[in-house]
Amino acid sequence: MPVYNEKVMDHFMNPRNVGEIDNADGVGEVGNPVCGDMMTFYIKVKDNHLEDVKYKTFGCGAAIAVSSMVSEMAKGKTLEEAKKITPKSVADELKGLPKQKFHCSNLGAQALGKAIEDYEGKQKTKGGKEQ
Amino acid sequence: MQKVYLDNTATTPLLPEVREAMMPYLEGVFGNPSSLHDWGDGAREALETARDRVARLIGADAEGIIFTGSGTEANNLAVKGLAMAQQKKGKHVVVSAIEHFSVLHSARTLEKWGFEVSEVPVDKHGTVDPEDVRKSLRKDTVLVSVMHANGEVGTIEPIGEIAKITRENNVVFHTDAVAAAGTVPVDIKELGVDALSLAGNQFYGPKGVGALWVRKGVRIMPIIDGGIQEGGRRAGTENVPAIAGLGKAAELAERDIAKRIKHLAPLRDRLLKELPGKIENVVVTGHPRNRLPGHASFCVEFIEGEAMLMLLNSKGVAVSSGSACTSRALKASHVLIAMGISHELAQGSILFTLGIDSTAKGIDYVLETMPPVVDRLRQMSPLYSKFTKASKGGK
Repeated sequence: MPVYNEKVMDHFMNPRNVGEIDNADGVGEVGNPVCGDMMTFYIKVKDNHLEDVKYKTFGCGAAIAVSSMVSEMAKGKTLEEAKKITPKSVADELKGLPKQKFHCSNLGAQALGKAIEDYEGKQKTKGGKEQ
Repeated sequence: MQKVYLDNTATTPLLPEVREAMMPYLEGVFGNPSSLHDWGDGAREALETARDRVARLIGADAEGIIFTGSGTEANNLAVKGLAMAQQKKGKHVVVSAIEHFSVLHSARTLEKWGFEVSEVPVDKHGTVDPEDVRKSLRKDTVLVSVMHANGEVGTIEPIGEIAKITRENNVVFHTDAVAAAGTVPVDIKELGVDALSLAGNQFYGPKGVGALWVRKGVRIMPIIDGGIQEGGRRAGTENVPAIAGLGKAAELAERDIAKRIKHLAPLRDRLLKELPGKIENVVVTGHPRNRLPGHASFCVEFIEGEAMLMLLNSKGVAVSSGSACTSRALKASHVLIAMGISHELAQGSILFTLGIDSTAKGIDYVLETMPPVVDRLRQMSPLYSKFTKASKGGK
């Protein structure tokens, strides 16, 4: 029996939206190579919507599949909707992850959240300066 | 699609001759070796034939062989059993930092039972310095356990030199030869050890069977209590078919070992030499020369081992990795860390362990398949992206 299900394997073998965004509106980096996985998410925001989501991932099969799934779930969503993506909802969309791999999926949603936070932080400073 | 199995350290396949040697004990000859009737006689004969064959493989006396349920059990029995039998003499045990978990965790259990354990370090090639073993000895040291060869990085340890030191100091010396026995010549007289573990599935025998040899006169306490099987040193009805298979595998290994090494070493050397030539930022792990004949191990920078393993699997190639993600405990290989390799680099661990079925064509295929797999993962890796940006900036 394979360790990963078909859906996870599909996202691992054919990861969606891989890459970086030049002049991204927000960047979120989580994890470190010591713990095993590291992900950097890039977002482009237009009219409060995630117009584009890209990422780079260092890690195992699950980490790559999770990044791909998060990018797919987030793309086109409003910021509020995207913030609702959780490790559990990502794992559910992937139809389950091996128990010991569940921590990897935490990172995907967390990295996206950080990218959104980064964007919102920049908006505030921008707004502050204009006032 | 071409299929290339390069994970012989996990297990070797079963040789047809070994299977044939096992079959009578799965069919007609089903008796319990402890029984006194004809049925028992047949099974007992199988055990004793296997005992002779395993003993011959390591140049030992048959009486010293204790059959176990695995290499892991043999190591448990050695570490716990040899230490516990001598606890009145002392409660200090020495192991190397790169031992298999069956030795390391047994040593940890001994700590819970009131023993003290010293770990001797290894150098960057994974080699133990015998002088470090000497320095770690104390008046109350009762056991030293250093592996013959490491299954993860392939390094062969200076067992003979360590044995001289333990003999001078009258300390019992066990070596875990699971990765070595049946693969390279292992002779207890040449090595001078007091106890040695081996396992069937490392040299084309069945899984679930191993053996511990203990020198005559060296006391050992059983860790499984029950009947008086194996001279009272390992209770439980013997796994007769598996033991018969182990015996046959030992006989074939003894006969063919030189031929096997001659076949494996040039294929291994091609991987060790050509892979780092085809892929940038790859390091060989383990000793460059003094290593197992079928063992080629590397760390590939900027990417992770499990992802490499899975992509190679999709191309029909079976390998293993010591990365944190590959281990169920999600911890990087203690062997690589003990060798001074960073956690980050250890994540890119990959090992190719060749077997008698390996071919030059298979190695060609791996050398052709690896670079695009590595490139694909690097294109996805934030670490590689940082590295390329930094090196561009540097120029």
